Amino acid sequence: MSEVKKTKYFNPYIGGVLLGLVLLAANFVSGRGLGASGAIKSAVVSTVNTVAPTHAENSAFYKNYNETHENPMKSWLVFQMMGVLVGGFLSGAFAKRLKFKVEHSPKITSKRRIIFAILGGMFFGFGSQLGRGCTSGSALSGMAVLSVGGFLTMACIFGTAFALAYFFRKNWI
Amino acid sequence: MAPLIVNEIISPDTNLLIAFLIGIGFGFVLEGSGFSSSRKLAGMFYGYDTTVLKVFFTAAITAMVGMLFFSLFGWIDLDFVYINPTYITSAIVGGVVMGVGFIMGGFCPGTAFCAISIGKLDALAFIGGLTLGIVFFTEGYPLFEEMYKANYLGTPTMNELLDIPRGVFALGLILMAFAMFWVGEWAEKKFPREEY
Repeated sequence: MSEVKKTKYFNPYIGGVLLGLVLLAANFVSGRGLGASGAIKSAVVSTVNTVAPTHAENSAFYKNYNETHENPMKSWLVFQMMGVLVGGFLSGAFAKRLKFKVEHSPKITSKRRIIFAILGGMFFGFGSQLGRGCTSGSALSGMAVLSVGGFLTMACIFGTAFALAYFFRKNWI
Repeated sequence: MAPLIVNEIISPDTNLLIAFLIGIGFGFVLEGSGFSSSRKLAGMFYGYDTTVLKVFFTAAITAMVGMLFFSLFGWIDLDFVYINPTYITSAIVGGVVMGVGFIMGGFCPGTAFCAISIGKLDALAFIGGLTLGIVFFTEGYPLFEEMYKANYLGTPTMNELLDIPRGVFALGLILMAFAMFWVGEWAEKKFPREEY
């Protein structure tokens, strides 16, 4: 375990500078930061509009959203997330990391990993809506523009994860 | 001059194309930094891999300093850059709920998309969970609306809150980040580590 295998990942500080430049470009060109959860929300609203239009008209959240957004899928974040899929795939392809697999600690089964991934996703998805953005949109992008809310959300995300790490250690180490 | 979209230097449709290109850069850097691996991401909370800390804070200070200098040179008007609004209650409760999701699921939304792009099936499950969580919020919105909108402060920035110049706060944050990097390097030496 203590043997360090050679890694093909970027040096984290160089990766950080590159990510910072991407975020700077987003602000320079589009006057906004990066994001992720907002794109899923667009997909959810769009789906509800199509599958249950009456429900969308009568329910407060969708009604507000549709009044302020002409077409939920024609949004900056949706296009950005499509780019993320392409960019991630390209990086994985260059580094020969493309492979279908369920990544988990050797101490747990794939089934347990999947169940926890779904549960974790549910918490994260709900929290991202309440907190007006996730690690990308609220914490990272918010911090870059020195938003008080961004710093607060960042501290709460990482603080909570640290505080609970002990209880979930079997899943990871 | 910038932001280009606000000053109508580019059209709304070009802006979407740029969003796609920026997304490619975002995904490429996330994957290349190892954010497509949940065990690497979770490693941050056990000290065996502090890549997240290093990448996240280096990115935040790079973008922050970049905007500071661009604004100083007159290249960007920060008044037109979106500043995330501050709603104290929802920022705290939302952040705590996300923290629970992070340690259970090992991803955040952006890293999950990055991981699914290289075939991680646990990321696919996480994205399924995200969708359910978001539907839970949008469907139950009337129940959460009060909390969602409570304690609104507008769009204060950290330097305004502390009543110090923007540059001084930036310098302080950079020094704090360096201190955390030092702790991160120390933790990685102390706790056993393997690459995923």
